[in-house]
Amino acid sequence: MNKSSNQLIDYTLYLGDCALILGQRNAEWCAHGPILEQDIAITNITLDVIGQSRNFYQYAAQLINAVENKNVTEDSLAYLRTERDFKNLLLCELPNGDWAQTVLRQFFFSTFQQLLFEKLKDGPDEHLSAIAVKSIKEINYHIKWSGEWVIRLGDGTEESHNRMINAVNNLWMYTGEFFIAADYENSDLILLKNKWLEKVKDIFDEATLTVPENVFMQTGGKTGNHTEYLGFVLSEMQSLQRTYPGAEW
Amino acid sequence: MNNNKEHIYSLLEQVCDPEIPVLTILDLGIVRDVICADDQEIEIIITPTYSGCPAMDAIAFDIKLKMLENGFNKVKITYTLNPAWTTDWMTESGKSKLKSYGIAPPQNVSSRINKIMFNEEQNIECPLCHSIHTKLLSEFGSTACKSLYQCNDCKEPFDYFKCH
Repeated sequence: MNKSSNQLIDYTLYLGDCALILGQRNAEWCAHGPILEQDIAITNITLDVIGQSRNFYQYAAQLINAVENKNVTEDSLAYLRTERDFKNLLLCELPNGDWAQTVLRQFFFSTFQQLLFEKLKDGPDEHLSAIAVKSIKEINYHIKWSGEWVIRLGDGTEESHNRMINAVNNLWMYTGEFFIAADYENSDLILLKNKWLEKVKDIFDEATLTVPENVFMQTGGKTGNHTEYLGFVLSEMQSLQRTYPGAEW
Repeated sequence: MNNNKEHIYSLLEQVCDPEIPVLTILDLGIVRDVICADDQEIEIIITPTYSGCPAMDAIAFDIKLKMLENGFNKVKITYTLNPAWTTDWMTESGKSKLKSYGIAPPQNVSSRINKIMFNEEQNIECPLCHSIHTKLLSEFGSTACKSLYQCNDCKEPFDYFKCH
């Protein structure tokens, strides 16, 4: 396998893993949302990102099978890889915390995803470009929904404001990783950082929140070095396929 | 056996969306192309509405079943993502069927989706009393493609097939 096809596979898996793990986390809200409409909203977003992950995994499987003569599928990629194989951003695997933390995580992630996918859209790989174009339409709704929640809670009551500050303090250190290129990514990724900060700052201003400065940034997700949380996410998500291999319904 | 494109399309006209059975897959604009090969094999190219639309597998199954019932044994379903599906592809007859079914059809073209925070699509007509004094309850509804509105006049909540 040559270096570039290996990189494309890793990159495609990274994109799929971010979407799947965030989807799995958000799905924990199913039937636990603060009110019915918002329970439906977060699970709809979950459905979108899991759909996106399927598109990435189907493409990754096609690439892997072509170069390695294997028979992997979207399901084996999701259910049969171990913790160190997953390349998702650390942010995606963090516990949901309270509603403030969940909506802020979604806002950080969707804002990043939109910038990244705008670049993918015009990139050289037709398949990734098609997935990006399709996903951006969904992401626009995710940004609007999560951004509105950040403003509503940040500029809300004393209680909701404090919860949003806690969420910022808990999550900020996981956002630096977005822009540090792994060896399967283009180094111009760093160019998205200012655009992302600008968008976050716009919403934070409206939400009466302050963008933290000089925070130590955690990294490792993109190369398979995860927080202790991912193992628990996988053990729940994969338990059925691990216990009853090939089970279908 | 008549396996020309027109005949295939007339059969596809009978395959309905499992979530919104009043719409056919042609009304929704899901079918992108039909290719009839010489050896009786038919390839039907479909595109998902949303990335995670759970109805896609059911739709592919229903298409195959409909084709089998009509003697077409060699049917290949191909998924495509490009160009990305948009509500602009929904037929006018599809829109009027939606309305009489109680779901407000998509109003604007997809390029006019409003990204401004707290800014909702206005003047969505209530499918029951036809008032345009309606308000958004949630941009996410009972399925990925719908949002939830309420009529300020008759107070009835209703689904709006949102622009995409």
